[in-house]
Amino acid sequence: MAGTNVAIVDGGGANIASLEYALQRLGARGQLTTDANVIRNASHVILPGVGAAAPAMARLTDAALADVVRDLEQPVLGVCLGMQLLAAHSDEDDTACIGVFDAAAGRLAGGPENPVPNMGWCRIQRTGAHSLLDGIEDGSWFYFVHSYALPPGADTIATADHGEPFSAVIARNNFHAVQFHPERSSQSGSKLLANFLAMTA
Amino acid sequence: MAARRIIPCLDVRDGVVVKGVRFRDHRIVGDILELAERYCQACADELVFYDITASPEGRTVDRSWVNRVAAVLDIPFCVAGGIRSVADAEDVLKKGADKISVNDPALADHGLIDTLAKRFGSQCVVLGVDSLETDDGYRVYRNTGDPEKTMAAERETGAWIREAQDRGAGEVVLNCMNQDGVRRGYDIAQLRQIRAVTGVPLIASGGAGNARHFADVFTEAGADGALAASVFHSGEIEIGVLKSYLAEREIDVRQCSPEQS
Repeated sequence: MAGTNVAIVDGGGANIASLEYALQRLGARGQLTTDANVIRNASHVILPGVGAAAPAMARLTDAALADVVRDLEQPVLGVCLGMQLLAAHSDEDDTACIGVFDAAAGRLAGGPENPVPNMGWCRIQRTGAHSLLDGIEDGSWFYFVHSYALPPGADTIATADHGEPFSAVIARNNFHAVQFHPERSSQSGSKLLANFLAMTA
Repeated sequence: MAARRIIPCLDVRDGVVVKGVRFRDHRIVGDILELAERYCQACADELVFYDITASPEGRTVDRSWVNRVAAVLDIPFCVAGGIRSVADAEDVLKKGADKISVNDPALADHGLIDTLAKRFGSQCVVLGVDSLETDDGYRVYRNTGDPEKTMAAERETGAWIREAQDRGAGEVVLNCMNQDGVRRGYDIAQLRQIRAVTGVPLIASGGAGNARHFADVFTEAGADGALAASVFHSGEIEIGVLKSYLAEREIDVRQCSPEQS
Protein backbone atom coordinates (compact mmCIF):
# COMPACT_ATOMS: atom_id res chain seq x y z
CA MET A 1 0.00 0.00 0.00
CA ALA A 2 2.67 2.51 -1.04
CA GLY A 3 1.57 6.11 -0.73
CA THR A 4 -1.17 5.18 1.69
CA ASN A 5 -1.22 7.21 4.86
CA VAL A 6 -4.32 6.74 6.91
CA ALA A 7 -5.47 9.27 9.48
CA ILE A 8 -7.57 7.78 12.26
CA VAL A 9 -9.52 10.62 13.82
CA ASP A 10 -8.97 10.42 17.58
CA GLY A 11 -12.35 11.00 19.11
CA GLY A 12 -11.19 9.90 22.55
CA GLY A 13 -12.38 6.30 22.38
CA ALA A 14 -10.19 3.81 24.18
CA ASN A 15 -10.24 0.84 21.84
CA ILE A 16 -8.65 2.14 18.68
CA ALA A 17 -5.68 -0.25 18.79
CA SER A 18 -7.58 -3.04 17.02
CA LEU A 19 -8.15 -0.76 14.02
CA GLU A 20 -4.47 0.19 13.90
CA TYR A 21 -3.48 -3.48 14.04
CA ALA A 22 -5.94 -4.37 11.25
CA LEU A 23 -4.35 -1.71 9.02
CA GLN A 24 -0.90 -3.07 9.92
CA ARG A 25 -1.96 -6.57 8.85
CA LEU A 26 -2.82 -5.02 5.45
CA GLY A 27 0.56 -3.33 5.23
CA ALA A 28 -0.82 0.16 5.86
CA ARG A 29 -0.14 2.49 8.72
CA GLY A 30 -2.79 4.37 10.64
CA GLN A 31 -1.94 7.54 12.49
CA LEU A 32 -4.18 8.40 15.42
CA THR A 33 -4.59 12.16 15.33
CA THR A 34 -6.66 15.22 16.20
CA ASP A 35 -4.51 17.45 13.97
CA ALA A 36 -6.67 18.99 11.23
CA ASN A 37 -3.71 19.28 8.85
CA VAL A 38 -2.73 15.65 9.27
CA ILE A 39 -6.34 14.68 8.60
CA ARG A 40 -6.65 16.94 5.52
CA ASN A 41 -3.36 15.62 4.08
CA ALA A 42 -4.02 11.92 4.67
CA SER A 43 -4.74 9.67 1.69
CA HIS A 44 -7.57 8.01 3.63
CA VAL A 45 -9.43 9.04 6.76
CA ILE A 46 -11.13 6.70 9.22
CA LEU A 47 -13.60 8.02 11.76
CA PRO A 48 -13.94 5.35 14.44
CA GLY A 49 -15.94 5.71 17.58
CA VAL A 50 -17.14 3.82 20.58
CA GLY A 51 -19.29 4.91 23.46
CA ALA A 52 -22.06 7.47 23.25
CA ALA A 53 -22.86 9.93 20.45
CA ALA A 54 -23.09 13.12 22.53
CA PRO A 55 -19.62 13.05 24.15
CA ALA A 56 -18.08 11.86 20.86
CA MET A 57 -19.63 14.77 18.93
CA ALA A 58 -18.62 17.17 21.71
CA ARG A 59 -15.02 16.05 21.40
CA LEU A 60 -15.05 16.48 17.62
CA THR A 61 -16.65 19.90 17.87
CA ASP A 62 -14.27 21.05 20.62
CA ALA A 63 -11.33 20.04 18.44
CA ALA A 64 -12.95 21.89 15.50
CA LEU A 65 -12.94 18.61 13.56
CA ALA A 66 -16.61 18.26 12.59
CA ASP A 67 -16.22 20.83 9.80
CA VAL A 68 -12.84 19.38 8.81
CA VAL A 69 -14.36 15.92 8.34
CA ARG A 70 -17.40 17.27 6.46
CA ASP A 71 -15.17 19.02 3.91
CA LEU A 72 -12.81 16.10 3.21
CA GLU A 73 -12.44 15.02 -0.42
CA GLN A 74 -10.35 11.86 0.01
CA PRO A 75 -11.92 8.48 0.87
CA VAL A 76 -13.46 8.56 4.33
CA LEU A 77 -14.71 5.55 6.33
CA GLY A 78 -16.89 5.87 9.43
CA VAL A 79 -16.86 2.81 11.68
CA CYS A 80 -19.62 1.89 14.16
CA LEU A 81 -20.37 5.06 16.15
CA GLY A 82 -18.33 6.86 13.47
CA MET A 83 -21.08 5.91 11.00
CA GLN A 84 -23.71 7.50 13.22
CA LEU A 85 -21.52 10.61 13.67
CA LEU A 86 -21.47 11.05 9.88
CA ALA A 87 -25.28 11.08 9.86
CA ALA A 88 -27.35 14.19 10.52
CA HIS A 89 -28.67 13.26 13.92
CA SER A 90 -28.66 10.58 16.59
CA ASP A 91 -31.56 9.87 18.91
CA GLU A 92 -28.93 8.99 21.52
CA ASP A 93 -29.20 12.04 23.80
CA ASP A 94 -30.78 13.95 20.87
CA THR A 95 -27.40 14.72 19.31
CA ALA A 96 -26.81 16.80 16.17
CA CYS A 97 -24.11 15.05 14.13
CA ILE A 98 -21.78 15.94 11.24
CA GLY A 99 -24.46 15.59 8.57
CA VAL A 100 -22.65 14.04 5.61
CA PHE A 101 -25.45 11.51 5.29
CA ASP A 102 -29.08 12.54 5.31
CA ALA A 103 -30.12 10.00 7.92
CA ALA A 104 -30.78 9.78 11.63
CA ALA A 105 -29.66 7.06 14.05
CA GLY A 106 -32.43 5.54 16.14
CA ARG A 107 -32.28 3.06 18.99
CA LEU A 108 -32.72 -0.61 18.06
CA ALA A 109 -36.17 -1.77 19.12
CA GLY A 110 -34.91 -5.12 20.35
CA GLY A 111 -37.14 -7.75 21.90
CA PRO A 112 -36.94 -11.22 23.44
CA GLU A 113 -35.18 -12.64 20.38
CA ASN A 114 -33.10 -9.54 19.74
CA PRO A 115 -31.17 -8.32 22.79
CA VAL A 116 -29.83 -4.76 22.77
CA PRO A 117 -26.97 -4.06 22.33
CA ASN A 118 -26.85 -6.14 19.17
CA MET A 119 -23.59 -7.90 19.87
CA GLY A 120 -22.23 -10.54 17.55
CA TRP A 121 -21.97 -11.74 13.98
CA CYS A 122 -24.67 -10.80 11.47
CA ARG A 123 -24.99 -11.41 7.75
CA ILE A 124 -25.19 -8.44 5.44
CA GLN A 125 -27.48 -8.23 2.43
CA ARG A 126 -26.08 -6.22 -0.41
CA THR A 127 -28.54 -3.74 -1.88
CA GLY A 128 -26.26 -2.03 -4.36
CA ALA A 129 -22.97 -2.51 -6.20
CA HIS A 130 -20.03 -0.58 -4.80
CA SER A 131 -16.26 -0.94 -4.91
CA LEU A 132 -16.18 -1.04 -1.09
CA LEU A 133 -18.00 -4.39 -1.33
CA ASP A 134 -15.95 -5.89 -4.16
CA GLY A 135 -15.34 -9.57 -3.50
CA ILE A 136 -17.69 -9.58 -0.51
CA GLU A 137 -20.57 -11.92 -1.15
CA ASP A 138 -24.15 -11.40 -0.19
CA GLY A 139 -24.63 -13.07 3.20
CA SER A 140 -21.07 -12.45 4.41
CA TRP A 141 -20.63 -12.26 8.17
CA PHE A 142 -19.52 -9.15 10.05
CA TYR A 143 -19.12 -8.39 13.75
CA PHE A 144 -21.54 -5.82 15.16
CA VAL A 145 -21.71 -4.12 18.56
CA HIS A 146 -24.28 -1.35 18.72
CA SER A 147 -27.51 -0.11 20.26
CA TYR A 148 -28.31 2.53 17.63
CA ALA A 149 -28.47 2.26 13.86
CA LEU A 150 -29.41 4.14 10.69
CA PRO A 151 -32.54 2.92 8.89
CA PRO A 152 -32.11 1.75 5.30
CA GLY A 153 -32.14 4.72 2.92
CA ALA A 154 -30.97 6.10 -0.41
CA ASP A 155 -27.27 5.78 0.50
CA THR A 156 -27.55 2.22 1.83
CA ILE A 157 -25.50 -0.36 -0.08
CA ALA A 158 -25.93 -3.21 2.43
CA THR A 159 -28.33 -3.95 5.24
CA ALA A 160 -28.36 -6.26 8.24
CA ASP A 161 -31.26 -7.38 10.40
CA HIS A 162 -31.93 -7.21 14.13
CA GLY A 163 -35.64 -7.84 14.19
CA GLU A 164 -35.79 -4.92 11.74
CA PRO A 165 -33.49 -4.10 8.83
CA PHE A 166 -30.91 -1.38 9.32
CA SER A 167 -28.07 0.10 7.28
CA ALA A 168 -24.90 -1.98 7.54
CA VAL A 169 -22.96 -0.07 4.87
CA ILE A 170 -23.67 3.34 3.37
CA ALA A 171 -21.83 5.34 0.74
CA ARG A 172 -22.14 8.77 -0.82
CA ASN A 173 -19.40 10.25 -3.01
CA ASN A 174 -16.12 9.89 -1.08
CA PHE A 175 -17.86 9.10 2.20
CA HIS A 176 -18.47 5.53 3.38
CA ALA A 177 -19.56 4.10 6.68
CA VAL A 178 -20.08 0.69 8.23
CA GLN A 179 -22.07 -0.18 11.34
CA PHE A 180 -19.94 -3.26 12.03
CA HIS A 181 -16.30 -3.50 13.07
CA PRO A 182 -14.29 -4.52 9.98
CA GLU A 183 -11.17 -4.78 12.15
CA ARG A 184 -12.86 -7.59 14.09
CA SER A 185 -14.74 -9.24 11.21
CA SER A 186 -12.19 -11.82 10.14
CA GLN A 187 -11.63 -12.27 6.38
CA SER A 188 -14.69 -10.27 5.28
CA GLY A 189 -13.65 -7.27 7.34
CA SER A 190 -10.11 -7.44 6.09
CA LYS A 191 -11.38 -7.51 2.51
CA LEU A 192 -13.55 -4.46 3.10
CA LEU A 193 -10.67 -2.50 4.64
CA ALA A 194 -8.45 -3.50 1.71
CA ASN A 195 -11.14 -2.27 -0.70
CA PHE A 196 -11.27 1.03 1.17
CA LEU A 197 -7.49 1.45 1.11
CA ALA A 198 -7.50 0.74 -2.65
CA MET A 199 -9.76 3.74 -3.28
CA THR A 200 -8.27 6.95 -4.61
CA ALA A 201 -9.46 10.50 -4.14
CA MET B 1 -30.77 -11.58 15.51
CA ALA B 2 -27.04 -12.13 15.55
CA ALA B 3 -25.71 -15.66 15.14
CA ARG B 4 -25.26 -17.76 18.28
CA ARG B 5 -21.67 -17.36 19.39
CA ILE B 6 -19.14 -20.06 20.22
CA ILE B 7 -16.61 -18.64 22.67
CA PRO B 8 -13.51 -20.51 23.84
CA CYS B 9 -12.25 -19.23 27.17
CA LEU B 10 -8.54 -19.24 27.81
CA ASP B 11 -7.60 -19.05 31.47
CA VAL B 12 -4.38 -17.11 31.81
CA ARG B 13 -1.97 -17.28 34.72
CA ASP B 14 1.48 -15.70 34.76
CA GLY B 15 1.28 -15.05 31.03
CA VAL B 16 0.47 -18.62 29.98
CA VAL B 17 -2.80 -20.37 29.27
CA VAL B 18 -3.95 -22.91 31.85
CA LYS B 19 -6.66 -25.48 31.37
CA GLY B 20 -9.49 -25.66 33.84
CA VAL B 21 -10.42 -29.31 33.76
CA ARG B 22 -11.81 -28.77 37.20
CA PHE B 23 -11.98 -25.48 39.00
CA ARG B 24 -9.34 -26.54 41.51
CA ASP B 25 -6.82 -28.17 39.20
CA HIS B 26 -5.19 -26.25 36.34
CA ARG B 27 -2.75 -27.43 33.72
CA ILE B 28 -0.81 -25.42 31.16
CA VAL B 29 -1.77 -26.20 27.59
CA GLY B 30 0.02 -23.61 25.48
CA ASP B 31 1.03 -20.05 24.96
CA ILE B 32 -1.53 -17.32 24.42
CA LEU B 33 -0.70 -16.32 20.86
CA GLU B 34 -0.56 -19.90 19.61
CA LEU B 35 -3.98 -20.68 21.09
CA ALA B 36 -5.51 -17.36 20.02
CA GLU B 37 -4.52 -17.88 16.40
CA ARG B 38 -5.59 -21.51 16.50
CA TYR B 39 -9.07 -20.59 17.69
CA CYS B 40 -9.35 -17.71 15.24
CA GLN B 41 -8.58 -20.05 12.34
CA ALA B 42 -10.92 -22.68 13.76
CA CYS B 43 -13.90 -20.27 13.41
CA ALA B 44 -14.32 -19.23 17.04
CA ASP B 45 -16.63 -16.21 17.15
CA GLU B 46 -14.76 -14.46 19.91
CA LEU B 47 -12.33 -15.26 22.71
CA VAL B 48 -12.30 -14.59 26.42
CA PHE B 49 -9.00 -14.34 28.26
CA TYR B 50 -9.48 -14.77 31.97
CA ASP B 51 -6.64 -14.03 34.35
CA ILE B 52 -7.74 -16.50 36.95
CA THR B 53 -5.23 -15.55 39.63
CA ALA B 54 -5.49 -11.78 39.37
CA SER B 55 -8.49 -11.14 41.53
CA PRO B 56 -7.74 -13.39 44.53
CA GLU B 57 -4.13 -12.33 44.86
CA GLY B 58 -4.99 -8.65 44.71
CA ARG B 59 -2.15 -7.70 42.45
CA THR B 60 -1.77 -5.79 39.20
CA VAL B 61 -1.46 -8.02 36.17
CA ASP B 62 1.19 -7.78 33.45
CA ARG B 63 -0.96 -7.06 30.43
CA SER B 64 1.64 -6.80 27.68
CA TRP B 65 0.14 -9.95 26.18
CA VAL B 66 -3.07 -8.04 25.38
CA ASN B 67 -1.16 -5.98 22.80
CA ARG B 68 0.28 -9.09 21.22
CA VAL B 69 -3.11 -10.83 21.08
CA ALA B 70 -4.77 -7.73 19.57
CA ALA B 71 -2.13 -7.60 16.84
CA VAL B 72 -2.84 -11.13 15.58
CA LEU B 73 -6.58 -11.57 16.21
CA ASP B 74 -9.18 -10.45 13.70
CA ILE B 75 -12.12 -11.54 15.84
CA PRO B 76 -13.23 -9.77 19.02
CA PHE B 77 -11.87 -10.64 22.43
CA CYS B 78 -12.67 -9.87 26.01
CA VAL B 79 -10.32 -9.64 28.98
CA ALA B 80 -11.56 -10.69 32.40
CA GLY B 81 -9.86 -10.71 35.76
CA GLY B 82 -8.06 -7.96 37.62
CA ILE B 83 -10.12 -5.08 36.29
CA ARG B 84 -11.01 -3.02 39.34
CA SER B 85 -11.00 0.54 38.09
CA VAL B 86 -11.50 2.80 35.11
CA ALA B 87 -7.70 2.93 34.78
CA ASP B 88 -7.48 -0.88 34.58
CA ALA B 89 -10.25 -0.97 31.97
CA GLU B 90 -8.70 1.82 29.93
CA ASP B 91 -5.34 0.02 29.95
CA VAL B 92 -6.86 -3.19 28.60
CA LEU B 93 -9.06 -1.45 26.00
CA LYS B 94 -6.20 0.77 24.81
CA LYS B 95 -4.09 -2.34 24.30
CA GLY B 96 -6.72 -3.56 21.86
CA ALA B 97 -9.26 -5.61 23.80
CA ASP B 98 -12.85 -5.14 22.64
CA LYS B 99 -14.49 -5.76 25.99
CA ILE B 100 -13.64 -6.00 29.64
CA SER B 101 -15.42 -8.28 32.06
CA VAL B 102 -15.88 -7.39 35.72
CA ASN B 103 -17.00 -9.76 38.43
CA ASP B 104 -15.85 -9.36 42.06
CA PRO B 105 -14.93 -5.66 41.80
CA ALA B 106 -18.47 -4.88 40.63
CA LEU B 107 -19.87 -6.74 43.64
CA ALA B 108 -17.61 -4.72 45.94
CA ASP B 109 -18.48 -1.43 44.22
CA HIS B 110 -21.71 -1.51 42.23
CA GLY B 111 -21.04 2.00 40.92
CA LEU B 112 -18.03 0.67 39.01
CA ILE B 113 -20.43 -0.64 36.37
CA ASP B 114 -22.02 2.80 35.91
CA THR B 115 -18.61 4.46 35.71
CA LEU B 116 -17.26 1.99 33.14
CA ALA B 117 -20.43 2.14 31.02
CA LYS B 118 -20.43 5.95 30.95
CA ARG B 119 -16.74 6.16 30.14
CA PHE B 120 -16.44 3.39 27.54
CA GLY B 121 -20.00 2.53 26.57
CA SER B 122 -22.11 -0.43 27.66
CA GLN B 123 -20.92 -2.48 24.71
CA CYS B 124 -17.48 -2.74 26.34
CA VAL B 125 -18.74 -3.73 29.77
CA VAL B 126 -19.42 -7.39 30.45
CA LEU B 127 -20.65 -8.56 33.82
CA GLY B 128 -19.23 -11.89 34.93
CA VAL B 129 -21.32 -13.77 37.47
CA ASP B 130 -20.40 -16.94 39.34
CA SER B 131 -23.65 -18.47 40.48
CA LEU B 132 -24.29 -21.50 42.66
CA GLU B 133 -27.60 -23.24 43.26
CA THR B 134 -28.27 -23.34 47.01
CA ASP B 135 -31.23 -24.15 49.25
CA ASP B 136 -32.07 -20.44 48.97
CA GLY B 137 -32.07 -20.49 45.18
CA TYR B 138 -29.32 -19.17 42.91
CA ARG B 139 -26.67 -17.16 44.72
CA VAL B 140 -23.74 -15.08 43.52
CA TYR B 141 -20.28 -16.17 44.71
CA ARG B 142 -17.04 -14.21 44.93
CA ASN B 143 -13.35 -15.02 44.47
CA THR B 144 -14.06 -18.32 42.82
CA GLY B 145 -10.56 -18.59 41.37
CA ASP B 146 -9.18 -19.38 44.81
CA PRO B 147 -10.75 -22.27 46.75
CA GLU B 148 -9.74 -20.81 50.12
CA LYS B 149 -11.34 -17.44 49.48
CA THR B 150 -14.52 -18.43 47.68
CA MET B 151 -17.52 -17.08 49.53
CA ALA B 152 -21.14 -16.27 49.05
CA ALA B 153 -21.83 -12.67 48.09
CA GLU B 154 -25.26 -12.59 49.72
CA ARG B 155 -26.95 -11.71 46.47
CA GLU B 156 -29.66 -13.51 44.58
CA THR B 157 -28.31 -14.06 41.08
CA GLY B 158 -31.26 -12.71 39.10
CA ALA B 159 -31.53 -9.57 41.24
CA TRP B 160 -27.83 -8.83 40.82
CA ILE B 161 -27.96 -9.27 37.06
CA ARG B 162 -31.00 -6.99 36.76
CA GLU B 163 -29.26 -4.33 38.83
CA ALA B 164 -26.04 -4.58 36.82
CA GLN B 165 -27.98 -4.30 33.59
CA ASP B 166 -29.74 -1.16 34.86
CA ARG B 167 -26.34 0.26 35.76
CA GLY B 168 -25.08 -0.24 32.22
CA ALA B 169 -23.64 -3.74 31.80
CA GLY B 170 -23.92 -4.58 28.10
CA GLU B 171 -23.54 -8.34 28.34
CA VAL B 172 -23.70 -11.04 31.02
CA VAL B 173 -21.56 -14.15 31.28
CA LEU B 174 -23.28 -16.51 33.70
CA ASN B 175 -20.99 -19.19 35.05
CA CYS B 176 -23.07 -21.91 36.67
CA MET B 177 -20.75 -23.33 39.30
CA ASN B 178 -22.68 -26.54 39.92
CA GLN B 179 -21.94 -27.54 36.35
CA ASP B 180 -18.44 -26.19 35.94
CA GLY B 181 -15.80 -28.74 35.00
CA VAL B 182 -18.15 -31.74 35.16
CA ARG B 183 -19.24 -31.71 31.52
CA ARG B 184 -22.81 -32.76 32.09
CA GLY B 185 -24.21 -29.88 30.09
CA TYR B 186 -25.01 -26.25 30.74
CA ASP B 187 -27.40 -25.41 33.59
CA ILE B 188 -30.44 -25.02 31.34
CA ALA B 189 -32.92 -24.34 34.16
CA GLN B 190 -30.87 -21.52 35.63
CA LEU B 191 -29.94 -20.00 32.28
CA ARG B 192 -33.54 -20.04 31.12
CA GLN B 193 -34.62 -18.27 34.30
CA ILE B 194 -31.91 -15.62 33.93
CA ARG B 195 -32.62 -15.23 30.21
CA ALA B 196 -36.15 -14.18 31.11
CA VAL B 197 -34.92 -11.26 33.23
CA THR B 198 -32.01 -10.19 31.02
CA GLY B 199 -32.44 -7.80 28.09
CA VAL B 200 -28.76 -7.74 27.09
CA PRO B 201 -26.89 -10.66 25.51
CA LEU B 202 -26.48 -13.66 27.82
CA ILE B 203 -23.48 -15.96 27.54
CA ALA B 204 -23.67 -19.42 29.14
CA SER B 205 -20.64 -20.80 30.93
CA GLY B 206 -19.91 -24.03 32.77
CA GLY B 207 -20.72 -27.61 31.89
CA ALA B 208 -20.11 -28.10 28.16
CA GLY B 209 -19.14 -31.68 27.42
CA ASN B 210 -20.47 -32.47 23.98
CA ALA B 211 -22.09 -30.91 20.92
CA ARG B 212 -25.61 -31.60 22.11
CA HIS B 213 -24.98 -29.46 25.21
CA PHE B 214 -24.35 -26.50 22.92
CA ALA B 215 -27.51 -27.16 20.93
CA ASP B 216 -29.52 -27.39 24.15
CA VAL B 217 -28.22 -24.14 25.62
CA PHE B 218 -29.24 -22.27 22.47
CA THR B 219 -32.61 -23.88 21.83
CA GLU B 220 -33.76 -24.55 25.40
CA ALA B 221 -32.15 -21.74 27.40
CA GLY B 222 -32.05 -19.07 24.68
CA ALA B 223 -28.43 -18.15 25.34
CA ASP B 224 -26.80 -15.80 22.83
CA GLY B 225 -23.43 -17.44 23.20
CA ALA B 226 -21.82 -20.47 24.79
CA LEU B 227 -18.47 -20.30 26.49
CA ALA B 228 -16.30 -23.35 27.10
CA ALA B 229 -12.68 -24.19 27.78
CA SER B 230 -11.56 -27.76 28.30
CA VAL B 231 -13.66 -29.40 25.58
CA PHE B 232 -11.99 -27.08 23.09
CA HIS B 233 -8.50 -27.11 24.57
CA SER B 234 -8.40 -30.89 24.62
CA GLY B 235 -9.52 -31.10 21.00
CA GLU B 236 -12.56 -33.20 21.92
CA ILE B 237 -14.81 -30.68 20.19
CA GLU B 238 -13.62 -29.05 16.99
CA ILE B 239 -15.44 -25.77 16.46
CA GLY B 240 -16.04 -26.23 12.74
CA VAL B 241 -17.59 -29.65 13.35
CA LEU B 242 -19.66 -28.25 16.22
CA LYS B 243 -20.98 -25.45 14.01
CA SER B 244 -21.97 -27.89 11.27
CA TYR B 245 -23.83 -29.94 13.91
CA LEU B 246 -25.64 -26.81 15.16
CA ALA B 247 -26.46 -25.63 11.62
CA GLU B 248 -28.02 -29.04 10.85
CA ARG B 249 -30.33 -28.38 13.79
CA GLU B 250 -31.30 -25.01 12.32
CA ILE B 251 -29.35 -23.04 14.90
CA ASP B 252 -27.95 -19.92 13.27
CA VAL B 253 -24.17 -19.93 13.56
CA ARG B 254 -21.44 -18.19 11.58
CA GLN B 255 -19.85 -20.66 9.20
CA CYS B 256 -16.36 -20.04 7.97
CA SER B 257 -15.46 -20.60 4.35
CA PRO B 258 -12.97 -23.42 3.70
CA GLU B 259 -10.10 -21.02 2.96
CA GLN B 260 -10.63 -19.48 6.39
CA SER B 261 -10.23 -22.67 8.36
